[in-house]
Amino acid sequence: MALPRRYAIRLVGLAVLLVFTALFFVPIIWLLLAPTKTDGQLLSQSPFAFGSLSTLGHTFNRVVNYDGQSLLVWLKNSAIYSFGGTALAVLAAIPAGYGLALTHFIGRKTLLSITLVVMIMPATALVLPLFLEMNKVGLVGTIWSLILPFGFFPFGVYLAYIYFSSTIPKDLLAAARIDGANEWGVFRYIAVPLARPIIGLVAFFAFVASWNNFFLPFVMTYDTSQYPLQIGLRQLIGSTATFNPTNFTAGSSVEVLHRPDLAMAVIIAILPVLIVFLFSQRTLVQGMLAGATKE
Amino acid sequence: MSVPLAPAVSGGRVRALRASRAGGARERPPAGTSRTAGYFFVALYVGLLLLLGIAPVVYAIYLALSNSGGFGANFTHAFNDYRFVPAFEHIIEFVAFWLISQTVLVVGLVLMLHNLEPRVGAAFRFLFYIPGALAGAASVVVWLFMLDPTASPFAFVLHWFGYAQFDNTIAPSNLPVIFAVMAFWTGAGGWIVVMYGALNNIPTELIEAAAIDGSNAFQTALRIKLPLIRKWIIYMLVLSFAGGTQLFTEPAVLGQAALGVGVSQYWSPNQLAWFIASQYDEFNVAAAISVVLLVFGLLIAAILVWRGRFFEVD
Repeated sequence: MALPRRYAIRLVGLAVLLVFTALFFVPIIWLLLAPTKTDGQLLSQSPFAFGSLSTLGHTFNRVVNYDGQSLLVWLKNSAIYSFGGTALAVLAAIPAGYGLALTHFIGRKTLLSITLVVMIMPATALVLPLFLEMNKVGLVGTIWSLILPFGFFPFGVYLAYIYFSSTIPKDLLAAARIDGANEWGVFRYIAVPLARPIIGLVAFFAFVASWNNFFLPFVMTYDTSQYPLQIGLRQLIGSTATFNPTNFTAGSSVEVLHRPDLAMAVIIAILPVLIVFLFSQRTLVQGMLAGATKE
Repeated sequence: MSVPLAPAVSGGRVRALRASRAGGARERPPAGTSRTAGYFFVALYVGLLLLLGIAPVVYAIYLALSNSGGFGANFTHAFNDYRFVPAFEHIIEFVAFWLISQTVLVVGLVLMLHNLEPRVGAAFRFLFYIPGALAGAASVVVWLFMLDPTASPFAFVLHWFGYAQFDNTIAPSNLPVIFAVMAFWTGAGGWIVVMYGALNNIPTELIEAAAIDGSNAFQTALRIKLPLIRKWIIYMLVLSFAGGTQLFTEPAVLGQAALGVGVSQYWSPNQLAWFIASQYDEFNVAAAISVVLLVFGLLIAAILVWRGRFFEVD
């Protein structure tokens, strides 16, 4: 009697899992296939049909050349802001994590607590105050209004702190000191070489957070030539006929984009992060689980 | 960035919290290291913290409190704005939908995944995690397509609800649910990974003992696994609540689709604050709203940090 019922439950479970797999994955498959079709084919063909490579090429060219190659400018801006912010975040976070974990100074615990609070607080809550501050000092519209906030990355400090306090044997550092290394030497020649995995992890998280950030560049940039891709994508929605038909009344000089073009732009925007996600899956999941697994 | 915490980050946050408790008490910095060296190592970070963490908060509070109309005038002005209450109503509705669906679905899915072969479970976890790469404007654009009944692969679902055109789907009354779906889509995978890790913490002996006592998989999930990951569920709820109140990206991007006439430029409180700052140059009133939002976020963070014992696992 128990057997059929058990199978029935298993089947229901499997069905539920498949439904959610579809929910999570179908949009991505659809997105990847959309630029291979024309807007008309998008409506007439199956959502999962592959159009043609030549259409894909046309779509790509149209998006890249749209509005004087704006997309390439935005891509370059995204790269500058994200790499700049990531470099600063790593430069600040790795020594700070080391200092918090392996040195002793007055205010260490307070600094640790403040770091935790700022880290847990939603980063978005700081955006408007940051805008008001940057506006006051006249930095709005400069790359510093983005690179500096991206470089302030308490989460990275915490990751480094945990890494240094749990993986570097203190005897090793003590031995180096006895051998005459000064504090900087101990950090530079002992700790940093051992910290490669954490440098990569902090850099990855800082990069993704900066690359995907929308709100901060939204308030800090006011000219299309300053936009990163995230803000550029929003701009492209305004140029997409399906979503903004009124922008394209007769005589309008605005270039028209269609849904496959917009999908192509999204793919270009997410590609860097997606590639890192796919290729560093193991590291990433390990990083996420580091606290959740048993020591 | 706005609603869902980057999933990976939330995982790390969990880790950080635990380590702070364990590390703070257990590990002492070695004796004999110089005190000045510590200051040197943290100097750059402390500089950034002061300039970009503390200073903006202090300045926003200063702006919010300084006004010719007397103490608190900016807050009164903000609270009396006809857009203020609707913006908070929107957010409450959105957060309610999001938190309830996320909690039920993440917990349900992770309990199911935990019963699968480890390899199969890992494959599912990875699939669920991928949308996290699209956080920000990209995921909103993807959902513009998904919500468009003429092109969406989910068109049949939209048709069940009687939506034939894009503007039917994004009717104002649907927006809280739509933003909840977007937030779930990008954020749930990260939480599933975190919760799965927590489930792996449960000693196998415990599960085996339950099985010997005649507990079936369903009972084990409900009576043993669920109570043991309760703290993580609360942690997810609290962090998501804090993040949800800050919603900005989703309505700002969706509003760009002009057909979405229902998405105003001040749909959420953060949008309203920005609207007041950018359209009227009323920085003091905008600062007042952002201080209200900051207090939310700070309070929640502070409670988590100083009552962190709550989140100590095993």
